[in-house]
Amino acid sequence: MSILVDKDTRLLVQGITGREGSFHTQQMVEYGTNVVAGVTPGAAGREVCGVPVYNTVREAVEATGANTSIVYVPAPFAPDAVYEAASAGISLIVCITEHIPAVDEIKMYHYVREKGSRLIGPNCPGLTTPGEAKVGIIPGNIHKRGPVGIVSRSGTLTYEAVAALTAADIGQSTVVGIGGDPIVGTSFREVLEMFEDDPETHAVVLIGEIGGNAEEEAAEYIRQMTKPVVAFIAGRTAPPGRRMGHAGAIISGGSGTAESKIRALEGANAHIAETPSQIAELVEVALAGA
Amino acid sequence: MNLHEYQSREILAKHGIPVPPGILARSMEEAVEAASSLGYPVVIKAQVHSGGRGKAGGIKLVNSQRELEYVAPTILSMNIGGRPVSALLVVPAADIQKEYYLSVVLDRELKTFTLIASAEGGVDIEEVAREHPDSILRVPAHPWLGLQPYQARELAYKMGFEGSLVRTFVEIAMSLYRCALDVEASLVEINPLAKVSSGDLIALDSKIVVDDNSLFRHPDIAEMRDLSQEETAEVEASRVGISYIKLDGNIGCMVNGAGLAMATMDLVKLYGGNPANFLDIGGGAHADQVEAAMNIILSDEKVSAVLINIFGGITRCDDVARGIVEGLRNIKREVPIVVRLVGTNEEEGHRILEDAGLRSLSSLEEAAKLAVELASKSTVSR
Repeated sequence: MSILVDKDTRLLVQGITGREGSFHTQQMVEYGTNVVAGVTPGAAGREVCGVPVYNTVREAVEATGANTSIVYVPAPFAPDAVYEAASAGISLIVCITEHIPAVDEIKMYHYVREKGSRLIGPNCPGLTTPGEAKVGIIPGNIHKRGPVGIVSRSGTLTYEAVAALTAADIGQSTVVGIGGDPIVGTSFREVLEMFEDDPETHAVVLIGEIGGNAEEEAAEYIRQMTKPVVAFIAGRTAPPGRRMGHAGAIISGGSGTAESKIRALEGANAHIAETPSQIAELVEVALAGA
Repeated sequence: MNLHEYQSREILAKHGIPVPPGILARSMEEAVEAASSLGYPVVIKAQVHSGGRGKAGGIKLVNSQRELEYVAPTILSMNIGGRPVSALLVVPAADIQKEYYLSVVLDRELKTFTLIASAEGGVDIEEVAREHPDSILRVPAHPWLGLQPYQARELAYKMGFEGSLVRTFVEIAMSLYRCALDVEASLVEINPLAKVSSGDLIALDSKIVVDDNSLFRHPDIAEMRDLSQEETAEVEASRVGISYIKLDGNIGCMVNGAGLAMATMDLVKLYGGNPANFLDIGGGAHADQVEAAMNIILSDEKVSAVLINIFGGITRCDDVARGIVEGLRNIKREVPIVVRLVGTNEEEGHRILEDAGLRSLSSLEEAAKLAVELASKSTVSR
């Protein structure tokens, strides 16, 4: 078991003929992900890495039975791509695209839910179930299959944690990047709920950062979880009022500080890592006790 | 992106929200002219991207031209919150009977826009929120329907409005919501929304923060950007796709990825150092990007050591190492540099870096410690 993606994932790549789309399609195919179709309007009949390209998501779904979509479409057109996927019945939509306006993110969030689908991202690195499916841009070679679920708002910091775990011979069940924007399709809490219900996952790593209160909301759920949670929060030294790269990483009006998040997580009995390498040490201890 | 008060009130006025008459002045002479056309007494307001303008002395009531000739140049030459005053807004002094707070914010939690109001306006709303959380009223707009008049009406009664002011308030609240959607703001704030002696409600002060990601479809608003309010190095960095924020410390940081960049700064601090900046170099770390990033970091005189932290991922470390070596070739200033590089072909990457005389490590913790140590040595030796 694992969560969200696995060997039954039938992946559709939206924006497959673009630079990012084609590069990462190759990476995903090489990893062994079951990539069944691509969509680029006007490019039907072409192939990218042996994957057939269609004009519309609906055609691609009808022809291939795709159930998951990944969006590598530039920001001005990405919301439309997400609506198209949701309306064609895709159940999991992963949006990598950065710089999507918040007004569109609000619409994406509500529309996808209304259609009964799930959105991961935007502005996220995607997700990987080691050995089964890599849906996104997380480097495939850093993984190892195992009992730890990872959920994160960041990109390279997630890779850092995954690599540290793998180096310590601790594998991962699924690694999920939920995205660094103020409004994302799936929250920490929802992913934690899935890990709690996943028999393969024995411990969870949460990687948060300054801005908003998604970590505080997650802490409320961690309180009632049976599985140990190790948390790392980036941005203790971030000055208030400045956006630290990610659109959502900003301390405003005294809220969204690293201290507040760490306090909430500690209060929920999560183990707080002070450094990225401590994540692996704490997970090792937590797994031994679990 | 932050807008100045004079820009914000112009946008509010376009949306039918009553604002007082006001004239922008960029010199003492222009301020004198503005004041005489409005009639004394006037209020002179510093236009600067910073809160606490009043406390800093950037807002002054002026009764005569003589007074203005003294006050205007003083305020124009001020720095508030580390930023230079860009211009003055001259408005007639208002006879305020009561002050309210009204804003529309992007609500991260509810995934919509939410109207926030308080009958305790005119002061720092964050302080009100801390001390009297019950006096802050929140009304989320339905994501499809939008804010409805009944919601604004309920709010008006809760805030104690009576008679024709209920309708006036509802109109202002609805307009403010439409304004937030139109300009794609993350915040549109009126503080205070003042009841003046004529009985009217007017937006005495306002602030708009627009969503940077939406600027591509709002060229008119993009043009309102005031570069004088931003660090030159930060503007330069954003031009080449590098995200840079200057801080107070002496250890320059160059990292790929925003989360990892923050974590790197935190580590520097944890080991007793002080980060000089946040810098996300973006993907790849090619020679030209490394060179640009290094120049940006070293434009800060205080930097006495640089920590480069690259997580290779899909990019191969030997390519990254070559990029770093080449990118550093043209850098004239000599500071100790520590490179931490991990990923595919790591050993080869380290060999290339060491051949070029760079200290290279695999452990982030050790690299951060070393950077802190080298920075303190190099500061002492100066």
